[in-house]
Amino acid sequence: MKSVALHSKLIKILLKSLAIILFFGFSFSSQSQDLDETKQKEGRKLFKSLCASCHKLDKKLVGPMLGGIEERRENSWLLAWIKNNAALRASGDRDAIAVYEEYNGSAMSAFPQLSDQQINDILYYTTVGDPVKKVVAGAPVAGGVGTDGGGSPKWILYLLAGAIVVAFLMIAGLLKQVNELKGKAKPEVQSNLKRDLHELWEGLKANTFLQVLATLFVLLMGAYVAFGTIFKVGINEGYSPLQPIAFSHKIHSGENKIECQYCHSSAKHSKHSGIPSVNVCMNCHMNIAEVAEGTVVEWDGITYGKEELDKEIAKVYVAAGWDPENLVYTGDTQPIKWIRLHNLPDFAYFNHSQHVKVGGLECQKCHGPVEEMDEMYQYSPLTMGWCIDCHRETKVDLKGNEYYEKIHKELAEKYDVEQVTIAQLGGLECGKCHY
Amino acid sequence: MASNKKYWKSVEELKGSSIVETMNKNEFVEAISTDQFLGDKETLENSSTSRRDFLKYVGFTTAAASLAACEGPVRKSIPYVVQPNDVIAGVPDWYATSMADGYDFANVLVKTREGRPIQIMPNKEANGTTSARVQASVLSLYDEKLRIKEPTKNKEVIGWNQAEDEIKNSLTDFKDTNKSVVLLTGTMASPSTAKIVEDFIAVYPNAKHVIYDAVSESAAADAMLAMHGKRTLPNYHLNNAKTIVSFGADFLGDFHGGLEKGYINGRKPATGHMSYHVQFESNMSLTGANSDKRVVVKPSDQVFALLNLYNAVTGENVLSKATPVDAIVKKMAFELKKAGSKGVVLTGLNDKNAQLIALSINKAIGSEIIDTVNTLNIRQGNDTAVAQLVSDMKAGTIAGLVSYNVNPIYSLANSSDFSEGLKKVTLKVALSTENNETVDAMDYALPTPHFLESWGDTQFDQITYGLMQPTIQPLFNTRQAQDILLNLSGSSVNYYDYLKGFAAENILNGASWNKALHNGFFKRDVVEEVAQENVEMAPVSMNAVASALMGSVKSSGFELNLYTKIGLGDGKQANNPWLQEFPDPITRTSWDNYLTMSMADAKELGFENPVQDNGAINGDYAKLSINGKEVVVPVMVQPGQAKGSVGLALGFGRTFGLKEEMQVGVNAYALYMNANNIQYGVKVEKVDGTHRFACTQVQKTIAGRHDILKVASLKEYNTVAPKDHDNGWNKPSYVSYDHKEVEANTIDLWDEHNREMGHHFNLSIDLTSCTGCGACVVACHAENNVPVVGKDEVRVGRDMHWLRIDRYYSSEVETREDAKELGLGIAATYEGLETEAENPEVTFQPMMCQHCNHAPCETVCPVAATTHGRQGQNQMTYNRCVGTRYCANNCPYRVRRFNWFRYADNNEFDFNMNNQYGKMVLNPDVVVRSRGVMEKCSMCIQLTQATILKAKKEGRAVNTDEFETACSSACTTGALVFGDINNKEDQVTALVEDKRAYNVLDYLQTKPNVIYQVKIRNTNEA
Repeated sequence: MKSVALHSKLIKILLKSLAIILFFGFSFSSQSQDLDETKQKEGRKLFKSLCASCHKLDKKLVGPMLGGIEERRENSWLLAWIKNNAALRASGDRDAIAVYEEYNGSAMSAFPQLSDQQINDILYYTTVGDPVKKVVAGAPVAGGVGTDGGGSPKWILYLLAGAIVVAFLMIAGLLKQVNELKGKAKPEVQSNLKRDLHELWEGLKANTFLQVLATLFVLLMGAYVAFGTIFKVGINEGYSPLQPIAFSHKIHSGENKIECQYCHSSAKHSKHSGIPSVNVCMNCHMNIAEVAEGTVVEWDGITYGKEELDKEIAKVYVAAGWDPENLVYTGDTQPIKWIRLHNLPDFAYFNHSQHVKVGGLECQKCHGPVEEMDEMYQYSPLTMGWCIDCHRETKVDLKGNEYYEKIHKELAEKYDVEQVTIAQLGGLECGKCHY
Repeated sequence: MASNKKYWKSVEELKGSSIVETMNKNEFVEAISTDQFLGDKETLENSSTSRRDFLKYVGFTTAAASLAACEGPVRKSIPYVVQPNDVIAGVPDWYATSMADGYDFANVLVKTREGRPIQIMPNKEANGTTSARVQASVLSLYDEKLRIKEPTKNKEVIGWNQAEDEIKNSLTDFKDTNKSVVLLTGTMASPSTAKIVEDFIAVYPNAKHVIYDAVSESAAADAMLAMHGKRTLPNYHLNNAKTIVSFGADFLGDFHGGLEKGYINGRKPATGHMSYHVQFESNMSLTGANSDKRVVVKPSDQVFALLNLYNAVTGENVLSKATPVDAIVKKMAFELKKAGSKGVVLTGLNDKNAQLIALSINKAIGSEIIDTVNTLNIRQGNDTAVAQLVSDMKAGTIAGLVSYNVNPIYSLANSSDFSEGLKKVTLKVALSTENNETVDAMDYALPTPHFLESWGDTQFDQITYGLMQPTIQPLFNTRQAQDILLNLSGSSVNYYDYLKGFAAENILNGASWNKALHNGFFKRDVVEEVAQENVEMAPVSMNAVASALMGSVKSSGFELNLYTKIGLGDGKQANNPWLQEFPDPITRTSWDNYLTMSMADAKELGFENPVQDNGAINGDYAKLSINGKEVVVPVMVQPGQAKGSVGLALGFGRTFGLKEEMQVGVNAYALYMNANNIQYGVKVEKVDGTHRFACTQVQKTIAGRHDILKVASLKEYNTVAPKDHDNGWNKPSYVSYDHKEVEANTIDLWDEHNREMGHHFNLSIDLTSCTGCGACVVACHAENNVPVVGKDEVRVGRDMHWLRIDRYYSSEVETREDAKELGLGIAATYEGLETEAENPEVTFQPMMCQHCNHAPCETVCPVAATTHGRQGQNQMTYNRCVGTRYCANNCPYRVRRFNWFRYADNNEFDFNMNNQYGKMVLNPDVVVRSRGVMEKCSMCIQLTQATILKAKKEGRAVNTDEFETACSSACTTGALVFGDINNKEDQVTALVEDKRAYNVLDYLQTKPNVIYQVKIRNTNEA
C-alpha cells in the first residue's frame, strides 16, 4: 500500500473529480501518471468477484458504499475487518460493532483466504475506481458510435434514396412523354410514336404465339406473386414487437452467459417455456441496479446507453415493488405485460419439455442466435412445414431412455435403419399435435 | 335368448312411426337448406340474388377475410410477480378435497391449471365416487350470474365488518330480551362446523339449529332413531349381498348416493358372485333399469307389498292388503330367508313407518348388508323441526333467522307460509354462495365461498374423515360461514386455525395434518366406539306401525311419485348448463322435467309424444291437482311406469337469478307436501298446448342393425358356450361368402395393419357394470371442452356430447319378421309388444367413437382430416376439416358431431363459453372447436400423450394401468377400462380376450378399438 500512501491529496482530488467528470460523460485525458494499472486491474477483478454482490463504489447497496473507504477507515482496521469481521467485533472493536448494528445485524462474510496484498489491491481499486477508456468515454454524448456501427446502414439509405430519386426522375420523364403524346408536344413526334405503338399492337394482335406467351407470362407472374403473398399471411418470421422493457438477451445470455433455462425454467417441465416471473429477475437485479459503464443496446432502432438502460432496470423494480433506496420490498407490485412473440394457433399443440428434455434440443435450434439478439425476434417461421421438415430429418439420440428401448428396436428393424427419425416414430401423425 | 329380443328406443318406434324409420336411416335429420333452395327452380329464379351478386359477395368476403388475417392480434403474456412454488405454467396440479353442498357429498381430486380448478375426479384412495353433479360442480364455481359477489344489506353493498357488527348487535339484543333465533342450514356433515354451531348456541342460548334438506330423508333417519337410537342413515354393503329387494329405493340414483360401487362389485359374473336384485317401483328409475327383475307396482301397492313381505318373512300377521304382486312378494320372502344375512331390503318411501318395516325385515333375516353402526351422516334434515319453524315464524315468535345455503322459498311445498312468516322476522340474514329466492327475501345477503374455495371437513360416515381445502383464490368478496359464526360468537380465531386445532384434538390422534390434507381424508379408527353408542332400543310395536302406515295410504285418483333426476338432483345446480344439457338416462330428455305416465294411462287420457319430422319430440300438457294445488306439466309417456301412477322430477322450475335458458321445467316442490315423495289422490287432466321437448331418444339410432346389444342370463353365461353356433350368447355374426356361411370376421375389405409396435389403446366397456349414471358424460364435457348447445339445438339432434349413453328397451317378443310369419299385421304385433312394453328390460350402452382400425369415416374424408394413428386412435384434425360431413354419414355408430355454429363467444349460446368466468373451466390442452368442423371422441389423446411424455421425461416405460381417459377415470363402477393392449399386464388386455368381449356391429369388420362386454343378468334360474 506504499504507493497509495504516497499519493498526494491533490492526486486524490483529481481522481475523484475524474470520476465525477466520467459520470457526466465528459471525455477527459484520463491516464494519471501515478496510476498503478496492474493493482487497479487486479483489485477490480477481486472486487467484482467477491464484493460486488453487496457493495458498490458510489452508493449504498446491501453493504456500505466503498468508494473512498480508505479515507474513512484505517488501513489496518480494514484489513482486520475484511479478513474476519466477526472476530473483530468479538474483540470489542467499537467501530466494527457500530457498522454491524447500522446494517441491522446482517453479517458480512469473512475472507480469510485473501492476502494483505490482495486486500490492498481491492482497496486501491475502491479509491481509483474503474479504468477509463477513451472510446467509451466519448460515446454517449458524441454519438460517435453512429460513425462506426451505424455507418454502413446510412450509406445504404443514401443509396436507396438516390435510387428513389433516379426512379422518380425517370417516371417524371415518362409522364412528360405521355403528356407530349396526348398532344401538347410536337405533332411529328406524336405521330411517330403513335405509329410505332400502333404497329406493335397490330403485330401483337396478329401473332397468336406472342399473345399466348404474353398471357402466360402475366398469369405466371401473377400466380407467383399471389402465391408468395398468400403463403406469407400469418407467418410472422422476424416478428419483433416493442416490449415494455428494453430487455437484451444479448447482454444476459450472450455476455453474461446466463443459462437459458435459468430464467425459462419451465421449458424442461411444461409445454410452455415460461416467461420468468419478476422474482427471478430480482435474484440478480436486487444487486445490479445499473449496467456496466459503456453498455449499449440497440433497441427499436435507437441506441440505449447506460442512462437509458438503468431506467429500464428501474422498471423491474417497479414491477417487483422493490424500493432501491431503502432496499426493501414495498409489496406494491405491477406485473410486467410482455408481448408474446411466438404465437402458435390454438389448434396446434407444442410441448417444450418434449423437445428440450426428451429430445435434448438446444433452444437456439428453433429460436436462433438469441445470445446475439438485443431485441428478441421470431427466428423461425413456425409453420407446419417447418415442423414437419425437422421431424422428417431429425434422428433423435434416444440412448439411455428406457421408454424408447423397445419401440426403437422394433422400428429400426422395420425400417432397416440404425436410428429412426421422428417421423418414423409417429411424429407426423396429425393427432400428435392437433387435438 | 338375446337374439330373439326386439330392442327399441322410444314409444314411437314401438308404434312403428314412419318418421322414426326414416331417422334410422339418415344421420342428419334435416336436409341442408341449400339443397332445398337449389333444388327448387322457382325460388331460385325469384331470388333477388343473381349469380353476379353472389360472386361479388363471395369475392368481397374472401378478400375481407384474407385482409383481416394479414395482421395477427397482439397477445400479451403476463408472468407472475412471484411465482408460487407449486405452479408451473402448463403443468396441472391435483389437490385432494371434499365436496359437501348439502345434497352431494364426495371425496374428490381436483385438477387445477395455473390456479384454476378445471376438473373433478373421484379420490379413489378414499374410496370416493363422483356422479354427474359432482363432476359438474366445478362449473358452478364459475357461475358469475348466480353467485353473490359482495355482502349486501337491503340490496346495497355493505362492508363485512359493518354487517357482522350489526348482526352481532341484533343477536345480543335478542339474547338480552330472550327472543328466539334460528340457524337454518342444510346437512353439513362437518364435525368442526357442528362444534362451531354448538359454541354459537352456547354464546346465544336463545338460538336453535334447524337442519333442512330440500329433498328429505327425514323418515329414514327417524326410523333409525326409533330402532337403533341414533338419527342417521343406515349404510349398505351391497358388494356382499346375495338378494337385494328394493321398494322404490333409487339407490343407484339419488338415494343416499355412493352405493353403486358396492352394488356393482357384488355383480361380477367372472367371480361367480352376482347378487339377485328385485326392484318394486312405480317410476322407471335408474335402479329399476339395472335390476334383474323389475316389478311394476304403484306406490300404494308398494306399501302393501312391503307389509306382505314383512308378514311372509316374520310369520307375523300385521294389517295389510292383497296386491297383484303377492306371488312375487312370497317368492322374495323365500329368497330373503334363503339369503339370510346376505339379504337386504331397502325402501325409498319417505315414511317413518315404511322405513321401520324395512329395518325390521332386515333385522328378522339378520342382514349383515345393512350397516347400522357405521352409518351415514349425509342427510340430517328434520321435517318436523322445519314445519315447526315455519309455524313459529308465522306466529311471529322468531326474532332472528340466519340461513346458510338453503332455499326454502323455492323448495318448500308451503313456501308461501315461509315467506309470510319471514316478514315477521326482525333479523333476516342469508349466508349463501348463490343468489336465490330466499336470499332475495332476506335483509342481509352475505356471500360464502364455493366448496372449491373453502376450508372445511366432512364426515360422511363414521370412519372416513374428509378434508376440504381451497383450490383457487376466492373469486368474489366472500367469507366462510364458519368464520362468520366464529366472529358472531365473539371468537377471534379464524376458521382455518380452528379447523386445524379441532382436527388435531379430536380426529387425527397424533397423525400429521399435512398428510391428511394431502390425502384429502383420514381413516378414523372408531368403529368400536360407535358400536358402544349403538344401544338397543325398546321394541317398536309393529302392529301400530302397520296400521299407521295403512292409514297413510289413500287410494283415490292417481298416485304421484316425486323423484330426483341424476342430472339436476335437488336443483342446487340448476344454473349449470352441463347438467341441464345432460340427458336423463331413462328418457334421454334434457332441459326439462315432465310427468311420466304409463302407456295405458296415456292412451286412456289421450296423451301422446309425436315425433316431428326433424326428429324432435312433442308432448301434451297435463294439469295436476292435489288438494287444490295445481301444476301444469308436459307429459312423457314412459314404458315401465306403473298404471295409475305418475312421476315428476324435483329440482326444476327455478327462475330467480337463473339465466333465461336455464329457467326450464316446472317446480314440483309445490307438490312435495310434508316432504313426502308419494302423493295420493292426484287428478290428471289434459289441457291445451304442445310442449317442445329436447329429447334425443329417437335420434342417432343405430339403424336396422342387429347385435348392437348382447345380453345373457347368468345361467347361460355359466352353462352355454359363448360362441356356440346356435345358442351361443356371444356368437360372431355370420355372412354368406361364396355361397357358404362363414364368420363375418374372416372376410375383410381392408388390408390388415401391424398394430403390435408401441402402444395400442383399447377401451373396454362392461355393460354389466354400467349403471347408466352418466358421470362419464360430464367428465368428457369438462375434459374435452365440449360445448353446450341449448334446448332448441338438442331438440333437433345437434347435441355435441362426444359420449352418449344409449338406452335400449327390450321385450321378449320376436322380430317383425317373426310376427309376419305368425300372420300378425303390424298393428297386432305392436299391440302384443305394448303389453310387454308395460315393463320392458332396460340396457344402457355408452357409445362414443369406436376408433375403428378399419374406419369407414377415414376412407371418405376428401381432405384427410380424419386419419388413423399407430396407437389405435382415430384422429380428428379440426384445422384440416372442411365440414363435408361425409364421415358422419359413413359412420355406422353415429358418434360424430358437427359444429353447426360457433359456440364460444357467441351471444346466441350464452353458456359457459360465452363469459370470462365460465371460460376458466376450459381445458387449455384441448382446442375449442370452431364452426363448421366435425368433432368426436379422441380417446383423450391429450391424456395419453401426457402420460407418454411423463414416462419419456422420467426415462422409463409407461407403468401398467397408467393410461386413463376422462370417462374411465370418472367411472365409479369400473365399467370403463382403458389401457394399452400391447402391454400384457394391462387390465384391458385380459378384457379384450374375455369371453364376454364383443364389438358392436362386428360383421361390418370395422375392427373397433372399443370393445363391449356382454351384459349378464341374474335371472335367478336354478
